[in-house]
Amino acid sequence: MMAIAALAGASGVNAGDTAWMLVGTAMVLLMTPALGLFYAGLVRSKNTLNTFMMSIGAIAVATVMWALVGYSLAFAKGDGFVGGLGHAFLHGVAFAPRPGTAIPQLLFFAFQATFCIVTTALVSGAVVERMRFGPFLLFAGLWSVLVYAVLAHWSFGGGWLQAHGTLDFAGGVPVEMGSGFSALAAALVVGARKDYGRQALLPHNAVYVLLGAGLLWFGWFGFNGGSGFSTGHASVLAFTNTLLTPACTLAVWFVLDLLRGRRVTAIGAATAIIVGCVAITPAGGYISPGWAMALGALAALPSYAIILWRPRTRIDETLDVLAAHGTAGLTGILFIGFVAQLAWNGKSNGLLYGNASQLGHQAIAALAGPAYAFTATFLLLRLIGLFAPLRATEHEEALGMDIVQHGEEAYATGEGAILVSTEAGLEAEVALAQP
Amino acid sequence: MKLVIAIVRPEKVNDVLEALYRAEVGGISMSRVQGHGGELDRVETYRGTTVKMGLSEKVRFEVAVSDAFVAPTIDALCAGARTGEVGDGKVFVLELEQAVRIRTGETDEGAVTPIREQ
Repeated sequence: MMAIAALAGASGVNAGDTAWMLVGTAMVLLMTPALGLFYAGLVRSKNTLNTFMMSIGAIAVATVMWALVGYSLAFAKGDGFVGGLGHAFLHGVAFAPRPGTAIPQLLFFAFQATFCIVTTALVSGAVVERMRFGPFLLFAGLWSVLVYAVLAHWSFGGGWLQAHGTLDFAGGVPVEMGSGFSALAAALVVGARKDYGRQALLPHNAVYVLLGAGLLWFGWFGFNGGSGFSTGHASVLAFTNTLLTPACTLAVWFVLDLLRGRRVTAIGAATAIIVGCVAITPAGGYISPGWAMALGALAALPSYAIILWRPRTRIDETLDVLAAHGTAGLTGILFIGFVAQLAWNGKSNGLLYGNASQLGHQAIAALAGPAYAFTATFLLLRLIGLFAPLRATEHEEALGMDIVQHGEEAYATGEGAILVSTEAGLEAEVALAQP
Repeated sequence: MKLVIAIVRPEKVNDVLEALYRAEVGGISMSRVQGHGGELDRVETYRGTTVKMGLSEKVRFEVAVSDAFVAPTIDALCAGARTGEVGDGKVFVLELEQAVRIRTGETDEGAVTPIREQ
């Protein structure tokens, strides 16, 4: 499947950079089960496993598609829109580094794969508690190629946004706005849960949500800190900003919750952590620590507003991927245009430092990314929907997705079931009391 | 006075509560139980083991009402809980000997009559 390059001290590879990126890759992979846990806590208990499984399932389909063709379409030489097939089936991906990095390309591939995986898992938040698992896996696999790989090419893989000067450090376009606006499209195509707007549909375990958010924050140090592909200045800056921004978002979110006349909530806190991490994702390596703190405070506001507004609409974008990822990603991408500092990032200044054109580049990304993500996702799901029903029946939705889709229950005691003997199989009649 | 007990599906709880509210029946308690009536067993698989789930999750409502409210309560419970599938549940009515409201000490009919704000 791929040519093994001669190993003898592959030149151009830096041991320190490689060591960090190995760790960073594992940290970002942790973000996907962390996301599964976070999402699982937010749904009703009868849907715990199915919700978590959508994230785990994303690991399967996105990784395979990424290795086969996604990586190539994102990062191989192509045109401004999409990469070519030069690296399909990992052709040419071995120990020699990509130009501009000092780590083996195989590691670069793996690191980027973890980004594709978690982004694909993020979209599931829009359709939990009602989408059939099979169609979701099909959608996820195709989405990872048709939407994520394309947007990744635009921002990092040599595509038109990058070429025109958009600054996007770790994925404000492909990951955050990509997932957020795709989630919106998915919610519109799949439709609302049957009880949405009629009954209270509440999180069943806020502890999972907090723990999931904490693990996501941990992994995010790898996500942003690894997006410099080195142990150099950009990585250190992004890493440190990943501590500062979410902490500030958390503080402001506490104030917002209190101002609404309510208490500081656990679910709100967990959400705030995510919003802050998302906001600094595109900006981490480009803005000063001081501005990173300001971004944290600022990013809380539009996301909080969308979270309040969205449940009052008919859009059942259930886990608010648009508010947390799409909106905060938008905030971060645009903020760069104002406060980027050449002295910190070695690349460009923003509007406040005398360069108005950067804001223009950022604004173009802020329009193009969401538009493509939304449109492509909408069409893809409609297409899949022509061949297979996307959602469970009302009866199945009431019974619970865990039982229907997976034949498992998250909270069974483990006792009380009847063992089916292996010789007789499922046909064995087990004596039961008659009604 | 009677004690009306209903075993219903957990996913119908909200519908039952709404129906009871509309029937102006207050004073309800609910517990989570496992039960089995006539429904087909669900099959679940855990690694190499296949099992039949003999007991399903159910919810048990208990409502103490004066005699005049028995029929509306039963109607509300049935209307809220019915899906038409095997496993919808049952309603039982027991004779209630005594009831006491703890806060005021009212007994019997007074204890099961809801307080209405003036």
